[in-house]
Amino acid sequence: MSAIEKKQPAMFQMLGGLGRWCLQSIEKFGDAAVLSAVSLGYLFRRPWQGKHFMLQMYALGVGSLIIMAITGAFTGMVLALQGYYTLAKFGSESLLGSGVALSILRELGPVLGALMFVGRAGSSITAEIGIMRVTEQLDALQMMAINPHARVILPRIIATTLALPLLVSLFDVIGLAASYVVGVELLGVNAGAFTGEMVAKVIPMDLYAGWLKALVFGFLVGVICTYMGYRAEPTTEGVAHATTQAVVVSSVSILILDYILTSIFL
Amino acid sequence: MIRTEHLSRKFGNIKALNNVNLHIKSHETTVIMGGSGSGKTTLLRLLASLECPTSGNIYFGDENLVGIKQKRLYELRAKMGMVFQYSALLNSLSVFENVAFPLREHSDLDDFIIQTIVTMKLEQVGLRGFEDMMPSQLSGGMAKRVAFARAISMDPEVVFFDEPTSGLDPISAGVISNMISDLTKKAKMTSIVVTHDVHAGLEIADHLILLWQGEVIIEGTSEVIRNSDDARVVQFIEGRPDGPIPFSRSETAFIDDLMHKPGTVRMSS
Repeated sequence: MSAIEKKQPAMFQMLGGLGRWCLQSIEKFGDAAVLSAVSLGYLFRRPWQGKHFMLQMYALGVGSLIIMAITGAFTGMVLALQGYYTLAKFGSESLLGSGVALSILRELGPVLGALMFVGRAGSSITAEIGIMRVTEQLDALQMMAINPHARVILPRIIATTLALPLLVSLFDVIGLAASYVVGVELLGVNAGAFTGEMVAKVIPMDLYAGWLKALVFGFLVGVICTYMGYRAEPTTEGVAHATTQAVVVSSVSILILDYILTSIFL
Repeated sequence: MIRTEHLSRKFGNIKALNNVNLHIKSHETTVIMGGSGSGKTTLLRLLASLECPTSGNIYFGDENLVGIKQKRLYELRAKMGMVFQYSALLNSLSVFENVAFPLREHSDLDDFIIQTIVTMKLEQVGLRGFEDMMPSQLSGGMAKRVAFARAISMDPEVVFFDEPTSGLDPISAGVISNMISDLTKKAKMTSIVVTHDVHAGLEIADHLILLWQGEVIIEGTSEVIRNSDDARVVQFIEGRPDGPIPFSRSETAFIDDLMHKPGTVRMSS
């Protein structure tokens, strides 16, 4: 038997495993798409879920304010430090304001904000729905003639989609303010140059691109995290696994989608 | 009231239920009993339309629940209530709000009327005065009784009970059993109870169904079940470890497993 023939079973096993993983991933993707589409179908149907949407906006949005503010502040501060270090080598410290602003508005605000949002809000969505599954609360809703798609999933998807752009705006503002403090007050960059360059180089499209990214990421987080919770195996391990998966899949999807969106907007 | 025709449910290759034909009468307590894995909870979930059968039909009155439109099913669910095995109270709501939940969702009653109804239902289950407690503060028995109050808050025609006495102390279990009997007799409701508690089942049942391996092996009144000479029924009722219902469910012979498992000592023949 040749060496190649000996290795074939292992290779086939690996290919088989890869094939199975691909098929399972496609199946899950389709299932998540159908679940979200069915849930979104209740958006314009009675009974309205406005109250539940507001409750979710509060729980997911307001609950994420502090983490978003802290992340925004330290991102702006670090960017100012690193940017100053790099620009000083070329004698271009005056460009610090525009460099930091473009980085935060177009890229770091939506991406870092979305990643923090996944950790704070996305994981809680998955865990909450998963526990509702384990404790039969979803079945109880069904028995009380309340549709879980409309009551549980829809308000959370809409809330994440609308909350993230607002949170990213906060991230941007605090990040820019923090970079100003570090750049101008601590490192001595001229205040006029810092803000003047920022205003001159940032165009509305930079803002819109950031918001659009946040909107897409928010929707993605909502879809993935509600799906993972809803389809969680009804055991404690199942919910723990679903929560981990939700954070991992959401984070990786955000990074992949960010590249695609950036290549479109540039 | 509820009728099934050739009802079967498979999970992969496993037959959870096989060709079950039942007729559940109105204003009676029907108890479905059987050992673990006999298919009783699956049957209850099918009757409540929480799952779809692999084949067969389920009639609620004259309407077939299999393939029914969701809107119509939700209309019919106004006539149904369910007490789940782990109570399934909504964690974020107080006892009062849990019981008031179906009323707020499906009626235009004002707050005063809702408060009156909730107080009446909580009095019925002996929990008046506990309105402000949260589900996490309740004992298992109390949570079951709150779930009971919630299930009957809309005065349904049928109430499903999944293991209503499991995990409860004997006093709480007795209270729950009495409440089910009272509910059926006084409020003219139909109760369908799934349990493996033989004592409670025989006591409250007007009609009793015994399942084994997804099939009905006997049905009738408690007397019929008690007087049955079917070895499986006798073993289940008396809780004997030995009999036709095996405790061990191994698919392969024990000696075969010992002989052929890698790493185990082989016995010479």
